[in-house]
Amino acid sequence: MSDQLSWQIDPVLDVQNLTLAFGGLVAIDDLCFQSARREITAIIGPNGAGKTTVFNCLTGFYKPDRGVIALRHDDGNQYHLERMAEFRINNRASVARTFQNIRLFTGMSVLENLLVAQHQKLMKASGMTIGALLGLGGYRSREKQAIELAMHWLETTDLHYRADDLAGDLPYGDQRRLEIARAMCTQPLLLCLDEPAAGLNPKESNMLSQLLLNIKSQEKIAILLIEHDMSVVMEISDHIVVIDYGRKISDGTPMQIRNDPKVIAAYLGVDETREAVK
Amino acid sequence: MEYFAQQMINGVTLGSVYGLIAIGYTMVYGIIGMINFAHGDIFMVSAFVSLIVFIALLSIGITWIPLALLIVLIVSMAVTSVYGWTVERLAYRPLRASFRLAPLITAIGMSIVLQNYVQIVQGARVKPLPPVITGSYTLMEKDGFTVQISNMQIAIIVTTFILMIAFSALISKTSLGRCQRACEQDRTMAALLGINVDRTISLTFIMGAGLASVAGLMYLLYYGVIDFYIGFVVGIKAFTAAVLGGIGSLPGAMLGGLIIGLVETFWSAYFAIGYKDVAAFSILIIVLIFLPSGLLGKPEVEKI
Repeated sequence: MSDQLSWQIDPVLDVQNLTLAFGGLVAIDDLCFQSARREITAIIGPNGAGKTTVFNCLTGFYKPDRGVIALRHDDGNQYHLERMAEFRINNRASVARTFQNIRLFTGMSVLENLLVAQHQKLMKASGMTIGALLGLGGYRSREKQAIELAMHWLETTDLHYRADDLAGDLPYGDQRRLEIARAMCTQPLLLCLDEPAAGLNPKESNMLSQLLLNIKSQEKIAILLIEHDMSVVMEISDHIVVIDYGRKISDGTPMQIRNDPKVIAAYLGVDETREAVK
Repeated sequence: MEYFAQQMINGVTLGSVYGLIAIGYTMVYGIIGMINFAHGDIFMVSAFVSLIVFIALLSIGITWIPLALLIVLIVSMAVTSVYGWTVERLAYRPLRASFRLAPLITAIGMSIVLQNYVQIVQGARVKPLPPVITGSYTLMEKDGFTVQISNMQIAIIVTTFILMIAFSALISKTSLGRCQRACEQDRTMAALLGINVDRTISLTFIMGAGLASVAGLMYLLYYGVIDFYIGFVVGIKAFTAAVLGGIGSLPGAMLGGLIIGLVETFWSAYFAIGYKDVAAFSILIIVLIFLPSGLLGKPEVEKI
């Protein structure tokens, strides 16, 4: 590649030589990729390629055997995610994530789900909750701000009219969007979405694409996306990383990926007769 | 009728004490799904701390009772919270990733450790405290039988009521309460939203211990005698109260406490006093047969 690509100039997330093996099975093998802010980076690959494992390394579930996951903040600080505890990855390094299966706090209201995500500021303002119990001014104003941010995201995701319903009572598509709203309420620098379009009908997945494009244009964050729905991936992503058997087989713009023979081979298989002729 | 009213007052008082301790069981169960069998002994430790601090205060000349009681309460809450925190840190946190029964066994172990520790340090004999809060109001009088409510009983019921309201507000309105409910539902997701799960669990233990210490002080003042074994007897009844009300449910714990207190008192008043514990636990069994998740507990819905 002759000219430098946008994500290589100023990456927010820089993954170098990431390797993780479960016993003899190498789940991720020497993976390197970058992701830039204001861009959607899609990680695609056949089932079992190791995409979710990459996410689990990013968010502290798994500690990689080798490699560096660096997250660069605007203030020049650099965080090494592979060395941090789960909750610090969110509240220090500002990484948020959603799961393949929806993991909302179903017994809490929609608004409360978004307030939980902002607890860090609230806890500080509440003076270890004593201020909150007495209803002191500092906590009240802080909570008001938190509710405003929550309402902003509810409006963006078109859920504001359901703020007081139980999260578990929302329809599936709404729950998916609420998860993204909740992740955004932690004010992340990197948003990791694990198959956000899974199980959505065409109308809902279209809404989701619009939401992601909206976040991309409004917020200065990097979005990392695992998705099987190729129409979504090709439509919204700026950068695609293709992995198979834990190895990166291709990396580039959607256009480059579409025409890469290695990607076609991984997805569709190789034509053996032609292979034999070669 | 008068006799009944008097028993009612006694029962509600006893029930308040059980309820306060039951909240500690129910909150811990809610957040990490284990039964903290050492909680009753935390209550016992707090009663001893209260007694020691009270005597110490009197000996240095602080004899104005309201001030003395306030200091006793604060010191006892602080010391008991440290005990609660330590038990969690030493015996439960290292086993969090282990199988479900492991922390249950260490909980029983911690309970025995605390009991024996107090027995050795403080002696096995009962420790008396002369009545501190005296005086009472006569509510009714008929045929020479008076219905009285003592100032102590008023203090217990009012304190419990205030604490209940404060706690409900804490759980439902504050950020810490939201974190606790979040950890209760999905600890992994809570951690991914930046919640320090370990600290939230520690705070739950500290809060439970704080309530137990209030109960400990009230028990000490109400009955006037304590020994190293009260943690087991009162603890197991408070645990029963938590299960009866629906373990994991805060109002359930209070309701369960009241029911156990009332059953025990009325049974002692009208039937053979020796069987009062049998009566209390029989109620538990009967309720659990018909309502397996307790009176106010949410039944577990299993998705297929």
